[in-house]
Parts: sequence; C-alpha cells; structure tokens
Amino acid sequence: MSLIAPARSTADTDGSGRGKPQMIQAVPVRHPGRWACAVVILAFAAMLAQSLVTNENFRWDVVGTYFMDVLVIQGIGWTLLLTVLSMVIAITLAILLAFMRESENPLFRSVSWVWVWFFRGTPVYTQLVFWGLIAVLYPKISLGVPFGPELFAFDTQDIVTAFVAAVLGLGLNESAYLAEIFRAGLKSVDNGQMEAAEALGMRKSRIMWRIILPQAMRIIVPPTGNETIGMLKTTSLVLAVPFTLDLTFATNGIANRSYLPIPLLIVAALWYLVITSILMVGQYYVERHFGKGVDNFVRIPVDKATAVKPAAVKVVTAGDSNESGVKEMEEKP
Amino acid sequence: MSVTTDTLTKPALVRIDGVHKYYGQHHVLRGIDMTVRQGEVSVLIGPSGSGKSTLLRCVNMLETINAGRIHVNDELVGYRERGGRLHDMNAKQIAAQRREIGMVFQRFNLFPHRTVLQNIIEAPTQVKRQSKAAAKTRAMELLERVGLVHRANHYPAQLSGGQQQRVAIARALAMDPELMLFDEPTSALDPELVGEVLNVMKELAASGMTMIVVTHEIAFAREVGDTLTFMDGGVVVESGDPREIIANPQHDRTKEFLARVL
Ligand SMILES: Nc1ncnc2c1ncn2[C@@H]1O[C@H](COP(=O)(O)OP(=O)(O)O)[C@@H](O)[C@H]1O
Ligand SMILES: [Mg+2]
Repeated sequence: MSLIAPARSTADTDGSGRGKPQMIQAVPVRHPGRWACAVVILAFAAMLAQSLVTNENFRWDVVGTYFMDVLVIQGIGWTLLLTVLSMVIAITLAILLAFMRESENPLFRSVSWVWVWFFRGTPVYTQLVFWGLIAVLYPKISLGVPFGPELFAFDTQDIVTAFVAAVLGLGLNESAYLAEIFRAGLKSVDNGQMEAAEALGMRKSRIMWRIILPQAMRIIVPPTGNETIGMLKTTSLVLAVPFTLDLTFATNGIANRSYLPIPLLIVAALWYLVITSILMVGQYYVERHFGKGVDNFVRIPVDKATAVKPAAVKVVTAGDSNESGVKEMEEKP
Repeated sequence: MSVTTDTLTKPALVRIDGVHKYYGQHHVLRGIDMTVRQGEVSVLIGPSGSGKSTLLRCVNMLETINAGRIHVNDELVGYRERGGRLHDMNAKQIAAQRREIGMVFQRFNLFPHRTVLQNIIEAPTQVKRQSKAAAKTRAMELLERVGLVHRANHYPAQLSGGQQQRVAIARALAMDPELMLFDEPTSALDPELVGEVLNVMKELAASGMTMIVVTHEIAFAREVGDTLTFMDGGVVVESGDPREIIANPQHDRTKEFLARVL
C-alpha cells in the first residue's frame, strides 16, 4: 500500500491517511522552438499587414465605397437565397436518395444509384447551362397520359425562370454529393440500433427517421457544413444559366465599369468570408444539437413529468444517496 | 423459486418445431425442437457459435428460418398460411408480431441520443400510439421496478453498463410483451454489475413473465430457470430440469461445457 501511494504517506503527519496529499508541481517542458517559430510568423504577419496598408494598388478607398453598395447588398441577398434554396432541395433529395439506397426495394436502390451516378458524373457548369436551355429543349411542360390525352400544360419559360433554373441546377447537382455523405452517415450507426428498434415493433421508415438519421447527423453535419460553404461560392457559376444578380456578378459588373478589378474582388471576398463565418457559427449549434447524449451529455434536460411523480420520490432518495443501496433494494423482491 | 410444477400444466407459449437455419452454406440450426410454456423461464446454454443467438433471433424474426415452424401464442411466426402455402409476412405484420416479444441484447442497444425516459416511451408512443403522458407514467413505473427512477433524464452514456441493461429491460417491458428474450444480457458487464441485472430478471421471472434466457450464469439457471436447454453445434443436446442437468449431466458434451463454465 505504501508503495502504491508514496505521495500521500509522506504528506501524512499522523499517518491516518486523512491529510491533504502533497500536490505534484513539476517543471513544464520548455519549447524554445515554438518561440522561434512564433517570432518568424509574427514577422511575416507584420510584413503582410504593412503591405496591405501601404500598397496603394489595393485601393482600400474603393473597397470602402462599394462595400455597402446597393448592387453588392442585393447580390448578397440573391447569393444567400440561391445557397439556401439549393441546399434545402439538395438535403431533402439527399435524405430521400440515401434512404432509397439503403432500402430493400431494388427499384429504389437502382434509381438512387443512377441519380448519383449522373449528377455527380457531369460538371455542374454543364448542368447549369442545360437548365438554362431547358425551354429550348422542351418549350412546353405538360402532364398527361403517355400517348394519351393531355391534362394540363405550361410554357416552360414561365415556370423555369433563370432563377429556378439556377436553383435546380445547383440543388440537383449537390443532392448527389450529399446523398453519399448521408449514406455514409447512416452506415456509421451501429446495426444494433436498427435491431433494437425492430425488436420493439417499429417499422423501418420510422426507425430510419427517428432512430438512425438523428444519430447519423453527428457524422453528416460537418461535411454538409463544408458543402454549404462550397455551395455559397459555387453560386457564382450561375452566370452559366445565365442568372446575373448574384454577388460575384454584381462585383464583376462594377469592376468592369470602373476598371478597378482588385478592390471589387476584395469586396466580394470579404463578403464571402463574412457569410462563411456566420454559417460556421450556425454549424456549431447544429452540431451541438445532434451531439446530444453522445458528445455533450452533461446538460440534462429538465422534465416536469418525471419531477412530479409521487412514486418517484421514494426511490430517488434511496437510489440517489447510494448506488449500492439500489442493488440491495432489488434483492428482496 | 421453482415454479416448475405450475408451469408444466400451463399451455405452450412458444413452440419451436424442427427449425433449420442456414447462413449460405453454413448450417447453423439443425432441427431444433423446443417448447416454452406460459410463465416459464427457459434457460439456453451452450458454447459460443452453437446457435443460441440465432435461435432467439429467429423467434422474433430478426432472422428468417429455412425449415420448420415457430409458433408464439399459437400464431405462426413470420409466415401466413393460406391455401396450403406459406406466404411471407409483410413488414406491417412482422412489426405487429414483434410487439408481443421483447428482446434484450448483450450490448444493450439503447438509443444514445435519447434520454432514459425517451428510450422507454419511444415504442409505446410511436408504435402503440399511446399518449405521451400515459407512456411516461408507465415508464416511471417500470423505472421504479428496475430501480432507476432517479436516472430518468440521463442519457445512456451517463449510466453504468448494469444500469443501461436495466433500462433496456424496462424499454422492452414498456410494450407489454408476452415473451421476453434475453441474449447474454450480462456478458458485456463488469462482474460487479452482473448481480443487479440478474436481480431484475429474477424479479421479472417471479412476476410470471415468460422468458427465454441465453446466459453463461449457471447459478441463475439453477436458481431461476424452470428448464435448461444445452445446445451444441446447432442441435439441442440435452434439456430438462436445470438442477438435475447441472448436478448430473447425461451427455459428455454437456459435462465438458459445464466443467468449463462452472
Ligand atoms: N449474420 C451471420 N452470417 C453468417 N454467419 C453467421 C451470422 N450470424 C451468426 N453466424 C454463424 O452462426 C453460428 C451461430 O452463431 P450464434 O447463433 O451467434 O452462436 P451463439 O450465440 O451460440 O454464440 C456461428 O458459427 C456464427 O459464425
Ligand atoms: Mg450469441
């Protein structure tokens, strides 16, 4: 015993074992290399900062003038709208595609596979051009019985506007990537979860939705955050449709008119950075939500229903004070 | 503890007749016959790989059988008989049948993203469409029964293995099953936690629950079991009164196995 706890025995003056143990106060390892690196890095940072301030080609005054320009702010609005709508479509489709891929129905599995194969296998730029040209390919959209009567019809141009084409192009392409992320997430959940839920008599679709997907979200959220930030910047490709109101198009337009490309690139870059930072904060909270019970289970939800149960009180006191007391209690049923 | 004499006269709840199961070419169950009467505690022992888990999983259709019949409560498990032919049950019918059968797993399989209470009310509210309030009241009764009322709002990760397994038992009981299947419920536990789970099972047995228990706890089999079945290589080698078999095994394979686990 004294061999196992030497620190305590030396601190005990009376040998009763009740004295405060002598705390270890070790000398930490020194890191001279870190200090050297820090000096070099700081030097470079200072040089960069100095050049940013002194190099007049940056034209910070122009950056300032256009940072809150109406066209720029509108561009941000459209960019955000494109990002959010296309991600909503992509996530919805991705959940569906991932469930279909894991389904027992071979038809669902193949449809999902072909979808991912096609939309992942062709460039998003091509897809956007294609959606822009859909009205040329199909001037009318009509619903009816094949080779039979037509139920109703629209002019494609009225339905698939440039904005709709942009959202569809971005969303459908993204759904293929997200489907694989969601599938990986679903696969990461232990098989025992499905079995336990099945043994309780739950149906597969409900199990996927309530048991498997929430757990998979822990794995799904970080790469999906990545994809969302990627999408924010991919929206600059909607020029291909052509859709011409997004942030990049707005700043490019101003740059071309004023012959000042560099400051307007900086305006766009700064705004993309701001939005990305906001998205990252959002991701933090989403991750925290889905990490409940696994990553962050210290916070215990307060539940009124359990707190007021009178029957509970008796056992709470017996069990809370002493865990082994619970065991003793059970031994005399 | 012994209720053997009462249960012998009770009707059969589970009838397993000539059941075979293949995994590909691998013949895992080779003609199993077994009967479990209402209120009986049927303990299943045998070496690893002998097919004990497979048999349990066949009873609640986590696996499909290739030959033979399993009846629970006089209902054919997994199939419908129509016009002299067997038809596969659809997902809805299988789910309905499973509701009568609770299962407890070696690795607990609690839902980690749900609190203890949420774990227990999940199936009653989602499957049986009970109101949340009713399901919670029932859940708290069950938690009291397994001595874990004070853990209702904890997440599974905050509980010891023994506590998790007791919650898993409560979760299965919340569906009011007629039959409980236990697949090595204490094998994943630290030795000092085994007792608390066995005690809950003992109490459940005393309350008249029909149970099939796969376990290596021979003392439990002797004390709580009404019948003991020894399986090896996919067949039932020996079956009968636990105390007799443990004291006086008839087959060499049973003797060898008991010598190793006792
Ligand atoms: N899903 C499966 N696929 C193929 N073989 C399996 C599968 N599950 C179990 N087996 C095999 O079936 C045999 C019996 O397994 P099991 O029922 O788990 O045995 P026990 O529970 O008695 O240890 C073992 O040889 C095992 O390898
Ligand atoms: Mg097993």
